Amino acid sequence: MIVIGIDIGSVAAKGYIISSGHHHRTIIPTGWSPRDAGQVIIDQLLDASRIERDQVERIYVTGYGRVAFEQADKTITEIKCHARGIAELYPEVRTIIDIGGQDSKVIRIGEKGQVLDFAMNDKCAAGTGRFLQVMATALGLDVSELGHAEEPGQMQTISSMCTVFAESEIIGSLARGNPKGGIIAGLHQSVGKRVAAMVRRMGIKEQVAFTGGVAINPGVKRALEEELGTRIIVPEACQYTGALGAALLALENR
Amino acid sequence: MADYQQMWADLEMDLEKHDALCEVLPEAFGGIYLTQQDRPKGMDFYDFVVSEIHGVRPAEMLEHQKKGGKVFGTFCVYVPDEVVFAAGGIAAGLCGGSQFWVSGGEKVLPANTCPLIKASVGARLDKTCPFFLIPDMYVAENTCDGKKKAWEILAREVPMHIIDLPQMKRERDIAAFEAEIRDFIVTVEKVTGNKITAESLGKAIKLINNKRRALQRVYNARKASPVPISGKDALLVTQINFYDDPARAAQMANSLADELEQRIENKFGVFPDNAVRIMVSGTPMAIPNWKLHHIIESLGAAVVVEESCTGTRYFENLVDESASTLEEQIRAMAERYMKTNCACFTPNSARVEDIIRLSDEYKVDGIIDTNLQFCNLYSTESYLVKQSVTERNMPIMHIETDYSDQDFEQLRTRVEAFLEILRK
Ligand code: SF4
Ligand code: SF4
Repeated sequence: MIVIGIDIGSVAAKGYIISSGHHHRTIIPTGWSPRDAGQVIIDQLLDASRIERDQVERIYVTGYGRVAFEQADKTITEIKCHARGIAELYPEVRTIIDIGGQDSKVIRIGEKGQVLDFAMNDKCAAGTGRFLQVMATALGLDVSELGHAEEPGQMQTISSMCTVFAESEIIGSLARGNPKGGIIAGLHQSVGKRVAAMVRRMGIKEQVAFTGGVAINPGVKRALEEELGTRIIVPEACQYTGALGAALLALENR
Repeated sequence: MADYQQMWADLEMDLEKHDALCEVLPEAFGGIYLTQQDRPKGMDFYDFVVSEIHGVRPAEMLEHQKKGGKVFGTFCVYVPDEVVFAAGGIAAGLCGGSQFWVSGGEKVLPANTCPLIKASVGARLDKTCPFFLIPDMYVAENTCDGKKKAWEILAREVPMHIIDLPQMKRERDIAAFEAEIRDFIVTVEKVTGNKITAESLGKAIKLINNKRRALQRVYNARKASPVPISGKDALLVTQINFYDDPARAAQMANSLADELEQRIENKFGVFPDNAVRIMVSGTPMAIPNWKLHHIIESLGAAVVVEESCTGTRYFENLVDESASTLEEQIRAMAERYMKTNCACFTPNSARVEDIIRLSDEYKVDGIIDTNLQFCNLYSTESYLVKQSVTERNMPIMHIETDYSDQDFEQLRTRVEAFLEILRK
């Protein structure tokens, strides 16, 4: 059986195709149209695995763009998909921290990968990829550069939780001549604190995995580990966890 | 719609702004309500009231005033409407439920005030709601801090009577509330010029009790599976009952209940009988706040009960009708009102017990406990609610939201994920 899982996030769209043991995956920027992004993903996956559209049994779609995508046989929330994806990769995991472009989530999963409870950030951008995006721009960097540019030894703590205030705070900090690497470490700490508070509200249960686009950033992982006092697993393809989960659920027809 | 332009102009409303409001409401209502399948016929009346929301009932109230009658605007289910009706007055619940009014309230209130208070203050100050302009007096209460202070601002606009609501439930608190009712009687008698007697109060007690009984019938019908009425429709019935004429409100709710009972007999529902059944608990949803219900029901789950002031807290308890002297009646009213469990009381464990009892009675699969943003009382209490409910293995999720649409997608994801857990 051939199935596709697609995760259309606010920043990137990810796809996963499973066909008798072969896997292919792809990622593209979501851009303005989640629908178009979904189509491009399907085309790329079919191309890469040399499969025709009508050979595909089911397509499951998740992510914020899921509602706009009509070709879906089923739409499922990111929460359930991340849980399924992680259960496949790391069956020992009980807590998932997922930080994406516009929200962050904590998911408690059971032994069979079922969702037991979850929490999501409020409307505000603090503690999400968006926060880091804004700060990277203010520092004249690309968001992908932040992770390796931090200097935790020179940590400059950011006190504002609010994105707008934090932005002026780091601009001020730069102007006072504080080292950029220290400021970046402070930003990571701020995201870590925010998200760790959410994790603690639910209760930390090991093992802990970290998924979503922000998980690529080793600085945030470091900050989360310090805040939570536990080791955190970041899957090699952390961005694809949701798409993988969607594909697996499609395979299982659930 | 009949032409109410002159009436609105006479009320010195801001007609331009009001037109803007009148433009958006029908569209919102159409999308949220009229798209539902198999609605009970009995909903026609409520649809009509919404279609003339700033027309029909305000016109009746103005007519009443023309004949020398008085109108009292209220903001809380602890205000004893019986007193007003016993003196030949009209009481109408006014709480604002639209984002449209929030910015008006923000002109004078701190940003971290709940949207219900902002909208209520904004509706008055911006002069875009006839209900807020008609009353001869507002009857407000000392419940949460936000309201308490907002009344001081509104008191510069309109005569105000404040009921000092006790915040504990000891015998002396019930006695204190009795004294508040007595004071309220004096005020109402003064404003209306009518004396309240045991006879008129007795009649008013029956009048309001009958409305409560009718709503109880509608809600009882929601215990059935498949559920014969959507949560959105039931919520609308309660919302409109806050300001409709109580006798008509009872009549309409009763005939709706007749229809629902018939549906139950025919096993006819508006959701399949395996639909997930949700209880919404928490802060009130003033008209036209249908946001959360709409999200839940669009995802295929049925809201079968609201543990809120626009739900069971509004009508669950009755005033003892066997009381015959004013003295006894006032005591009976105090006892009835003090049975209502709002988070402004401490301790408020009876509310948690209510939630657990209702979840049994209505056979719910999960609870969505919600509060308006910046409502410190209910958001704090949500912690204890979650603890107690979880101990009984009942799934629960907490949502804090406001009147805006900004978090619509995010809420949809959260509710959907919650439903995925319930459906597994
Ligand atoms: S929530 Fe409390 S304060 Fe608000 S209307 Fe209800 S009883 Fe009154
Ligand atoms: S929702 Fe909360 S803050 Fe708002 S008026 Fe009611 S009790 Fe007060």
